[in-house]
Amino acid sequence: MSYKDINFSKEELARYNRHIIIPEFGIEAQKKLKAAKVLMVGCGGLGSPALLYLAAAGIGEIGIMDFDVVDDSNLHRQVLFGREDVGVPKVEAAKRRLASLNPHINIKTYNLQLTSKNALEIIKNYDAVADGTDNFPTRYLVNDACVLLGKPNIYASVFQFEGQVSVFNFTNRNGELGPNYRDLYPTPPPPGLVPNCAEGGVLGVLPGIIGSLQACETIKVITGVGEPLSGRLFTFDALSFESRTFNIKRRPNNALNGSSPSITALIDYEQFCGVKISSLPIKEITATEFYNLQISGEKFQLIDVREADEYEKVNIEGELMPLATITTNAEKIRKDIKVVIHCKMGGRSAKAIRELEEKYGFTNLYNLKGGIFAFIDDVQPQLNKY
Amino acid sequence: MPTIIIPTPLRKFTNNIAKLQVNGGTIEESLQLLSTDFPEIKKHLFDDQGQIRTFVNIFVGDDDIRDLQNEKTILQNESFVSIVPAIAGGIVF
Repeated sequence: MSYKDINFSKEELARYNRHIIIPEFGIEAQKKLKAAKVLMVGCGGLGSPALLYLAAAGIGEIGIMDFDVVDDSNLHRQVLFGREDVGVPKVEAAKRRLASLNPHINIKTYNLQLTSKNALEIIKNYDAVADGTDNFPTRYLVNDACVLLGKPNIYASVFQFEGQVSVFNFTNRNGELGPNYRDLYPTPPPPGLVPNCAEGGVLGVLPGIIGSLQACETIKVITGVGEPLSGRLFTFDALSFESRTFNIKRRPNNALNGSSPSITALIDYEQFCGVKISSLPIKEITATEFYNLQISGEKFQLIDVREADEYEKVNIEGELMPLATITTNAEKIRKDIKVVIHCKMGGRSAKAIRELEEKYGFTNLYNLKGGIFAFIDDVQPQLNKY
Repeated sequence: MPTIIIPTPLRKFTNNIAKLQVNGGTIEESLQLLSTDFPEIKKHLFDDQGQIRTFVNIFVGDDDIRDLQNEKTILQNESFVSIVPAIAGGIVF
């Protein structure tokens, strides 16, 4: 449907009034927003402010992709979420918040990881992609998929006190295509050379600033209002309050769309970035299987990786070892019998298992599928969910 | 003297100094001097062949040295050199 055929209800016209009365914006730009489909990859520090503003601005369809669950340590910067969302898949919590912010838009969620297998199939349905991911393999994947599909990629990235923003793969009014991430950085740093946020941290308000700029550029790309940050890289240093806007150009040696491209399809990005691939899936046990284990007489250890206040609300007598303390508690975890680990819904316990397997070589850990909530649903409905 | 702006991820190799004045006439000389003063930064700027790493961009003023004369780009006293490495944010690897 052309944006020209878009109509607004009386409520929508009232809601978007302050947009519509801007002379350079007007009803036409607002129609373009409503006609647009934008995919936000990553629903964390950058995705939080970006999604709030994109939803509030009236983007007609917003796709949200993330495979993580909300954790306590997210809340200092991921302002989309509250305390009650801890343990809930981020896309679910985000959808709930955004739907209450703006009921006039459609929100589609993808509780999964973007991969070389699903990227083209998903991204092809969108007009633009906002990249708010947190790792190099996914950055190159988003970039390459956008270039192969001809979609603009609104890029933002943060580290400690510093942020970057740009608009990649954007075709301007004259039909000229701008640079993409591979023009800026042909290859990623090898693992370990550039410190990451897990080591370095990030000032909570910084992704708020940078994610808001990302939303602003997304709105400009969709509406054609103003000059998008294509061919330029914006950097902001919160410590010195200095910002710079560098000129960036397309490169003939770009492996993807330079003069003699060597990449014509999506590749293995973990291999490209030299990342160790977690090969084995995490072993799971369903609530019913766990119940059968409990009554079988077989010895097992049950560990609860939720927080103490959640444990007080309801527990199934697991040993409490909150996720953040799991490695310091590793010695208390048995290696000679089956160990079942659970949290509220299964997200944090999966992280705990991955960490214990990778750091300490455990092979006997089972994730309680669906967490204590599934156990309450299927085995002990007399217990209360919180 | 030209000023080099050190990005956050590399400041731990420059005693947290964000801006340094280096008496180099070209990019190459300036980055070599920087590496002499702060040896740990060298491997983050140059690969084993002594080339500037592909995930580090160097700008003089607003322009990428790849659009100027690369490492041979001549610096003026008032030049600002920015080192801009790739950052991914969040939890990496």
